Amino acid sequence: MRNQSRIAFLLLLTPLVLWLGLLIIIPHIDMLLLSLRERISFGVYERSFVQYEKALTEPLYLRTFARTAVMSVLATVITLLIAFPVAYYIAKMAKGRLQQILFMLCLIPFYVSELVRTFGWMILLRETGIISNLLQWVGLADQPVELLYTDATMMVGLVYTSMLFMVVPLVTTLESLDDSVIEAGYDLGGSGLSVLREIIIPHAMPGIVAGCIVVFMLSLGNYLTPTMLGGKDSLWFTEMIYNQFIVRSNWELGAAFGFMLLVLSSVIVWGMLRLTGRTLKETMG
Amino acid sequence: MIPTIPQSRAFRAVYGGYVILFFIYLALPLTVVAVFAFNDSQFPSLPWEGFTWNWFFGDERPQIGVFHERGILRAVGTSAFVAACVAALSVFVGTTNAFLFNRYEFRGKGLLYVLMLLPLVIPGIVLGISILVFSSTLANGIWDIAQMDIEALRPGLLLVILGQFSFITTIATLVISARLQKFDRTLEEAALNLGADHLTAVRTITLPFLAPAIIGAVVVAFLMSFENFNTTLMLVGSDAPLTIAMFDRLKEGSTPLLNAVSLLLMLGSSLLALMAVLFQRRT
Repeated sequence: MRNQSRIAFLLLLTPLVLWLGLLIIIPHIDMLLLSLRERISFGVYERSFVQYEKALTEPLYLRTFARTAVMSVLATVITLLIAFPVAYYIAKMAKGRLQQILFMLCLIPFYVSELVRTFGWMILLRETGIISNLLQWVGLADQPVELLYTDATMMVGLVYTSMLFMVVPLVTTLESLDDSVIEAGYDLGGSGLSVLREIIIPHAMPGIVAGCIVVFMLSLGNYLTPTMLGGKDSLWFTEMIYNQFIVRSNWELGAAFGFMLLVLSSVIVWGMLRLTGRTLKETMG
Repeated sequence: MIPTIPQSRAFRAVYGGYVILFFIYLALPLTVVAVFAFNDSQFPSLPWEGFTWNWFFGDERPQIGVFHERGILRAVGTSAFVAACVAALSVFVGTTNAFLFNRYEFRGKGLLYVLMLLPLVIPGIVLGISILVFSSTLANGIWDIAQMDIEALRPGLLLVILGQFSFITTIATLVISARLQKFDRTLEEAALNLGADHLTAVRTITLPFLAPAIIGAVVVAFLMSFENFNTTLMLVGSDAPLTIAMFDRLKEGSTPLLNAVSLLLMLGSSLLALMAVLFQRRT
């Protein structure tokens, strides 16, 4: 019996180890090794940090890196600010059928591919698009307005794309907050604002952290929205990775970029977890 | 700020208005995509030129509909094939993972669990390039040693499948684990007492209990694979799945054909999602 259990254990362990080893761990180590390589001449390579030197000394690369990080943080904050009242409404104000319907409505865009969602924004915002036409019709503009290809447009797209991943965890945590606790807050003389600050937000913290981590990750790793909605000279870091790999075939530098993106995302996720005293297991599992 | 606490009428009106605005924002791009699939014009933009089905069924230039556009149909087939493979693989490994983490205590379990979660916090494009780099290292190594060129290790469908599998497995594991945790172990023990061996007990008692979660995981995996873009972009070879094929067309300029494809995608995935929800509610 014990032997049988041991065999079962090994049989269950094998797929996990193969998956993690061959598709996650070894490939990332290989990518790191590639990024630490310098081409000396045909077929001759040497270990060096030259790729990272290039990445950190070339202003364009560094600026794009910083810009991607800052814009992703900004997108996360905006998403949180927009989503919180809505999630609160769904969790606490709407009741019964309406609550279920509103929640389902939030889920629908998630099932539609990101490409379609971005495409929708292009139809709305381009020079010959709906909003431009609407503005002319109302009289706010006297010629077609190009609303695409700006940072603001890109932000609209980024926030839209990841909205769901903020709303769902927020609704889940807010639903678990007992109404009577809020009532007690008011009975004790709290105002709407102090109840929000001292009862509701602390209770929703796990959902806030989970939502922020996912939204930040999705923005940082987004390729479609910045390429299609962003301006010509507003590069996104994933675009640079793509360009190095596919367009220029400079895999060494591309790998260094990839590793920098990975480190950036890990540091920020780790920081957020540290700040709130939570573990990855609690937040994601 | 709950219904039992009195609020001024103005506050409630503003709050309600905000929520309505939010849902308009949510629905707007999708609605626009759907509506312009029926515009009788070369471009998905105003002015409205009248209603047409041509972007679905048209078989004459310039309005060739989805159902006569071979490139798009082939891409749909490719996507469906990839998604089916990814769903099968990731749900299988997800199920074994769920059993492993639920049933066994072993050294390094905590670490393995965290490693299992990691793909969720690695950007998709980084997963893609790391697999691209590793597979090409392998291919080059095999060439150096044996002078054999393994075509499968170059960008193409196998790599696309593996790339998507690498992170969708985590999601499948989480979905199935959640249900397995609710399973009452004594049911399995009862089966053992009645003379069933371990495998029979799991097959006849535990797996039927898990079925809703497994089917849910299959649907989620299929949908995620179908709409994946970032990881696929780095690993794609000559057979492009639908998202990549549409992206390539979009770069050249859009026609309402893309709206029609998008509308069908929306309908297809909502239907699949709805089926999954209904199935899970029934059990």
